[in-house]
Amino acid sequence: MTASARIVWCGFVMNLKMLGTSSFFLLTAVVQPIIFATVAFYMFRAGGRPGTLLYAALGAGMMGVWSTTLFGSGGMIQWQRWQGTLELGVGAPPPMVLVYLPFSIANAFTGMYALVATLLWGRIVFGVPLHFVHPLLFVVALAGTVLSLGLMGLVLASTFILYRYANAMSNLLEYPVWVASGLVFSTSLLPHWTRPISWALPPYWGIQAIRHAALGGATWGPLGMVLGLGLVAAVIASLTFRLFEHLARARATLSLT
Amino acid sequence: MAGAAVIEVRDLRRTYRTTTGVVRRRPLEVEAVRGISFAVERGELFGLLGPNGAGKTTTIKMLITLLLPTSGSAHVLGLDVVEQAREVRSRIGYVFGGDRGLYERLSARDNLRYFAELYGVSGKEQRLRIEEVLELVGLTGRDQERVEGYSRGMRQRLHIARGILHEPEVVFLDEPTIGVDPVGARELRQTIADLVRAGKTLLLTTHYMFEADALCDRIAVIAKGRIVGEGTPAALKAGVAEGTVTEIEVFGIDDRAVARLRAVPSVTAVTVEERDQKQLVIVQATGERELTAPLLAELDGVGVGRVSSREPTLEDAYVALVEGDE
Repeated sequence: MTASARIVWCGFVMNLKMLGTSSFFLLTAVVQPIIFATVAFYMFRAGGRPGTLLYAALGAGMMGVWSTTLFGSGGMIQWQRWQGTLELGVGAPPPMVLVYLPFSIANAFTGMYALVATLLWGRIVFGVPLHFVHPLLFVVALAGTVLSLGLMGLVLASTFILYRYANAMSNLLEYPVWVASGLVFSTSLLPHWTRPISWALPPYWGIQAIRHAALGGATWGPLGMVLGLGLVAAVIASLTFRLFEHLARARATLSLT
Repeated sequence: MAGAAVIEVRDLRRTYRTTTGVVRRRPLEVEAVRGISFAVERGELFGLLGPNGAGKTTTIKMLITLLLPTSGSAHVLGLDVVEQAREVRSRIGYVFGGDRGLYERLSARDNLRYFAELYGVSGKEQRLRIEEVLELVGLTGRDQERVEGYSRGMRQRLHIARGILHEPEVVFLDEPTIGVDPVGARELRQTIADLVRAGKTLLLTTHYMFEADALCDRIAVIAKGRIVGEGTPAALKAGVAEGTVTEIEVFGIDDRAVARLRAVPSVTAVTVEERDQKQLVIVQATGERELTAPLLAELDGVGVGRVSSREPTLEDAYVALVEGDE
């Protein structure tokens, strides 16, 4: 294993250990999606469309994945700053983007609990049949989406190096991305001018890939888009981390004091 | 400055720019470091001694590449801390004082494993080094416990273990014994002395005089962002050795009386320490002249207790240097 791969793997494992002991994070990852899923199931049932329950379950699960990515990545830098470890990460020899990449991916990975919890909740409580058209492709689509969201989270995290209170932005980005990505209902119900916004969002393509793999439909196109956007996010993050690290050293925003 | 200096600082300055005011925000500039220069030789333990807010931490953060200097230059192991930050980072270690700076929910061993990976210590070497540093700082047997349950002294020892894990040539220690109980602080000082014996070059900041006196080969006294004195502890003490120190116990002294004491001829510094219901006034003066009578004359109306004279200490040298800058 190369040194960079070892850093990513070790950081990923360590962050999973830490997240596993965070009650706030577990609440966001597991309990919140179940609440959303319950509301969604009743809405879809009331609409007389019982065949779309799996569609609703996947959407609700992805809402949890997005929330954990957003709050995990948003809070990551601020939490490191409070804990006094941000300066240690910046002061370490590897590029900062490499130091924080495993943290961001671990946040998104933990979001998969949300999806699994939602599906199990739907199966046990609402009797949602878990019949996946392409089970293997579903796993691939889910993994690709989680990776891409992790990379998108990394871009968000980079801005928090410079701005101490930028994580307040996390709250603004949760609901709009749910709606613009079609996690709750189809984006065809939204005004036409919102389409470019949806196309630029990895969750939009991610949920399409996941739903198509589970319910039937073209999966590779949306999967290619979500991975492509993830790659773009990785390039942007490597640039913003370098730039914001320099500015943070100039403006002294790495520590609380 | 000698070419062999491991740390070389020239006219280093750092200004913080911020804003003040709630409605109408006005720019505010604070000059934390105002043109300091010093050099540290290989294998030396160099102390930066100064009161809170003197610029010690700002200086150390510039040297470990966490802050950019406003002007001036600093080199560590011949590497520019601005232009060659990545290379500097891989060859230095640093230890901050205080509770923070560790992953609380991880064990000490996991913290060390993570930082070992960041510093390129991997595989078998990593396991050996972790055992070595745990042994060195006395945390063997407690390494599987989560850090959140550690005492302050244990955290501080773990900080040191993390800072030297990758065997850096230079170690920066920023107030490593702050807030640690006396026994823990003594153990930490022993660990620091062991690092010097192991051939490391150390830069230590502290505001504890006895710590600087006991550990440092040379000291620079820093006050309000400027170096106001530099030399060996013995040389700094010698700077005030010609003078006398008079200690006067008083009850309810006010600022005007302190000002009158400062105005007495040959007095160089006056400090007041609170001691329960009373205060201890420490008066430093040049020359050998007996000052008890003129000092007591200025304390008319103030309750006076015990009066004594003694030899100057490093603390007196420090106070004289810091007060002399005011």
